[in-house]
Amino acid sequence: MATTTYNPQTIAPTSPASPASSGVTSKLHEWVVTVDHKRLGILYIGSALFFFAVAGVLAALMRAQLAYPNLHFLEPDVFNRLFTMHGTSMVFLVGMPFFAGLANYLTPLMIGARDMAFPRLNAFGFWIFLFGGILLYFSYIAGPGLAGHGSAPDVGWFAYAPLTEKAFSRGTSTDYWILSIILTGIGTTASAINTIATIISMRCKGMTLARMPLFVWIMLVTSSMVLFILPPLTAGQIMLLLDRFLGAHFFDTQAGGSAILWQHFFWLFGHPEVYVLMLPGFACASEIIPVFSRKPIFGRAAMIGATIGIGMVSSGVWAHHMFTVGMSPASNIYFAVASMAVGIPTGVKIFNWLGTMFGGKIRFDTPMLFCIAFLFQFLIAGLTGIMLAVAPFDWQVTDSYFVVAHFHYVLLGGLLFTLFGALYYWFPKATGKMLSERLGKWHFWLLVIGFHLTFDTLHFPGMLGMPRRIYTYAPGRGWEIYNLIASVGVIFQAAATLCLVWNIISSLRKGKPAGKDPWDGWTLEWSTSSPPPEYNFAVEPVVRSSRPLWDLKHPEDPDWRYE
Amino acid sequence: MSPSSTLPRTLQGDTVANGEEAEQITAWALPDRGKVAVLCLFMTEFSLFSIFVVAYIFYIGKSLTGPTPAETLELPIWATICLLSSSVTVAIAERALKSNRIQRFTIWTGATILLGLEFLRQTALEWRHLINDFHLTITTNLFGTTFYSLVGLHASHVVIGLSMLMIALVLGFRGSMRGQSRRFELLSWYWHFVDAVWVAVFTVVYVIGR
Amino acid sequence: MHLSSRSAAFLCATAVAAMAQTVHPIGNIFKPRATPADSVYNISLLMLAVCAAIFVVVAGLLTFAIIRFRRRNADHGREPAQVYGSTRIEIAWTVLPILIVVVLSMATARTVIEVQNKRLPADTLKVTVIGHQWWWEYRYPEFGIVTANELHVPVSTVAKPRVTALRLESADVAHSFWIPQLAGKTDLIPGITNTMWIDPRQDGIFLGNCAEYCGTQHANMLLRVVVESPADFDKWVSAQKQPAMTYPGLERGRATLLSLSCVNCHTVTGTSAAGTFGPDLTHLMSRTTLGSGMIPNTPENLRAWMKDPQQIKKGNLMPNMQLNARELDEVVNYLSSLK
Repeated sequence: MATTTYNPQTIAPTSPASPASSGVTSKLHEWVVTVDHKRLGILYIGSALFFFAVAGVLAALMRAQLAYPNLHFLEPDVFNRLFTMHGTSMVFLVGMPFFAGLANYLTPLMIGARDMAFPRLNAFGFWIFLFGGILLYFSYIAGPGLAGHGSAPDVGWFAYAPLTEKAFSRGTSTDYWILSIILTGIGTTASAINTIATIISMRCKGMTLARMPLFVWIMLVTSSMVLFILPPLTAGQIMLLLDRFLGAHFFDTQAGGSAILWQHFFWLFGHPEVYVLMLPGFACASEIIPVFSRKPIFGRAAMIGATIGIGMVSSGVWAHHMFTVGMSPASNIYFAVASMAVGIPTGVKIFNWLGTMFGGKIRFDTPMLFCIAFLFQFLIAGLTGIMLAVAPFDWQVTDSYFVVAHFHYVLLGGLLFTLFGALYYWFPKATGKMLSERLGKWHFWLLVIGFHLTFDTLHFPGMLGMPRRIYTYAPGRGWEIYNLIASVGVIFQAAATLCLVWNIISSLRKGKPAGKDPWDGWTLEWSTSSPPPEYNFAVEPVVRSSRPLWDLKHPEDPDWRYE
Repeated sequence: MSPSSTLPRTLQGDTVANGEEAEQITAWALPDRGKVAVLCLFMTEFSLFSIFVVAYIFYIGKSLTGPTPAETLELPIWATICLLSSSVTVAIAERALKSNRIQRFTIWTGATILLGLEFLRQTALEWRHLINDFHLTITTNLFGTTFYSLVGLHASHVVIGLSMLMIALVLGFRGSMRGQSRRFELLSWYWHFVDAVWVAVFTVVYVIGR
Repeated sequence: MHLSSRSAAFLCATAVAAMAQTVHPIGNIFKPRATPADSVYNISLLMLAVCAAIFVVVAGLLTFAIIRFRRRNADHGREPAQVYGSTRIEIAWTVLPILIVVVLSMATARTVIEVQNKRLPADTLKVTVIGHQWWWEYRYPEFGIVTANELHVPVSTVAKPRVTALRLESADVAHSFWIPQLAGKTDLIPGITNTMWIDPRQDGIFLGNCAEYCGTQHANMLLRVVVESPADFDKWVSAQKQPAMTYPGLERGRATLLSLSCVNCHTVTGTSAAGTFGPDLTHLMSRTTLGSGMIPNTPENLRAWMKDPQQIKKGNLMPNMQLNARELDEVVNYLSSLK
């Protein structure tokens, strides 16, 4: 295989002076035409935060409707659109762009590169994702639909067949769902290919794969997973489009098509997808926890092995979402055992983070607060996951609020907490300003209270028979008090989000200057200015261990003596 | 050879003391990013085609009505010969470009395109025959659904490959392909991939499925 | 607690209409009342114990860590010992979870086989359940009965055990049958027949919900399983077997019903109405609710439903039949006689 060699001499130490850009339009223009990975990373994360706020409002509306039995605040079809849009947005328009944004912003900085391997592909990926997101919401106003309230999709975020066939989903709402997901999927695939090529081909001298930061390792594994798991979804979407528009029969049960086939294809994507969503959170935690414990990550090799293990095993457990569809006992047992098995590498990771904190000198700045809460909450999420892997228990609580509580524990309690931690940790690098610690702590505690009020409580109605995706419920079923408490929790979560927004806005304006390395970190991004210059590094770094800045700060005790 | 003058320096000037390390750093060579990207593309396309193949196999024999594969399909020998030969011609073209023999390059690229077009023509004739004579469409039954979607997905990839080859041909005529052998190599890899997929489709649809 | 007047009436009416039958509205999975639910309950206890133990240990260690290893001012910014890992510890905390997974896997396998591979006794009652958007059809092939929305089964006692086997099919999209106190849920998927079994040991009316999102009124596709003594069950079967009676004075109502397009969707055995899209109405008055568990089956509610079903269950597949006042009276009177 032909290779390219890197010669520091060919890297220009200065970028051409940018023309004086005063007006708003020229600033906007810069952002629209940019191919700089840092700007695209910020665009991805900004979009993710925007869609997070929107999808959060959708959730708040649903919780308002469910606060009391038999409320008529929302019509049934409006509610059904809300949970479809909330789920679809959170997965594809919040979780995935957070992954892409973090990968794009940080990977070149952490490996000592100037940009991603394919800057223009990077830009293409972002804009097609954004178009897909806008297309999804455009459905709300796109046409009269069935009941005159707009055509937003109402088939649930996993859109089981044959509910999605033309016979049962008339109008165009389902088509908006399909098309927007195909588009965002193309963007995600482009981002994944770019990330892998960057990591393999653009590491600075001395940075062998073994010396890459854990964050970069995890992004490599996650991107590789994306390559394999997104196509089942895309294929299913194409098949559904063929069914709906050309009269094909992939999922048309009247013509012998199989509704179960959709489920298999969807969950072949859907289960690994939740690991694709969660692994970037692990990546952030793996950088933050060591720095704020003042120790290297405990068991680096085990962490890398566990990540690869998760990547591989998670592709073989998908039918634990299908324990109730009538599979044979052998299939049910296999998927139950495999699903429990994937908990083992995940548990190993929790133990290693714990091991990192043991013997450390822990600083409780906001990024670490979020990561500590993540550890508690992800532990619980993982344990309820093990419970759900026990197929008979799943027979009772699947498709109920127990599962709703479980996956919100994973994605909100796990992923979102680490992402907020990451925001507080890397915002200073990206903007040159610190986020306010005071507001950060308000954000943190309000979110902890709100999150637990809502999602601890919601486990119980699930165990008392409350199914998911119902727009209302009768009194006397034992569900009222839990729903009320869960809805109250939303108020705290909304307040927390407002704190975050205010923190970002006010810190951008008058935050404390951050300097190069406000947290005393050890990876390469902290060796350049905040924000980094367009070219990232004036001279290409050369590294000898996985913590190059530790080596520089502690020449008497460098890592490369032990690695 | 004093280490401080010839060896690269680390981040803030510490020299690399270890001789083995120095060798590693001066010989720092990573895989070509274009090749990595195209290999990633193949992995994702492999996954995509696999799902359509799985659907095809799953639905074998499950059609409720209508014409069956045994009744309607004939082995597309000529089309397959054309497509597989085009892999040979594109390899010759690639080698020609690498040694800067532009005229040879354009001739063999042209041959590749012609063979690819003939493959598409055969597909079109086959489909016309199926539609007009057997009344087999994507909506007729499960066989029609899975056949047209799988073969069509492959054909669409052939179309994309041909478009890129035609661009390469035109650029070749204009002399812009000189020095672009790395890029054309990646394109030829794509073309080989499309051929490999055809082997799989051929086996599943025309051999096993019939 | 905010109770609408309609729902308050619902609770009262259900209790009244059920008379001697207690309603079990709370589907608590930890209060099983049939063998499949027992099996799940038993393994759930093991699973909860294991998970609770893991939680206590790990959360305890985490709490310990954040207290014991806080940075203190006396540290003067010194870094702690840079420990990179320990192979022995890694092995230990990989092997222990593997052992836990092995134990749970074996218990899971045993329960799965116990429930799914149950050998059904010869006198098992067979019922076919067909899911529709948004109501339940029940067929008893051994008796030639077709009914809707209320599943009657005989109670299973130690003296006289009785199993009911359900064949689950769907007429349209995917649904799911879930009565937590009796068994885990099983899906109704078009094109497939699934099976499940129950042997309820407590009589009364068990409430449940469709548990697979199936469209607009998924929330109101409610389940009612009426578990009764063998004697009561036999009485119910005999009554259901009878064709519809036409009482004196209601011939006009019957004629009106048969002249309207009701017959395209509904069946009333003993008449020419033989539609199968909607629920069988032959013994409509033997049911305690209308709209698949939504509202009590009272004359006022029946009238309201006939006047405009969309007002009660918006989006359901019975359109407003646009009956005038006379037709409405006659049809309601006739339907009220279908006991």
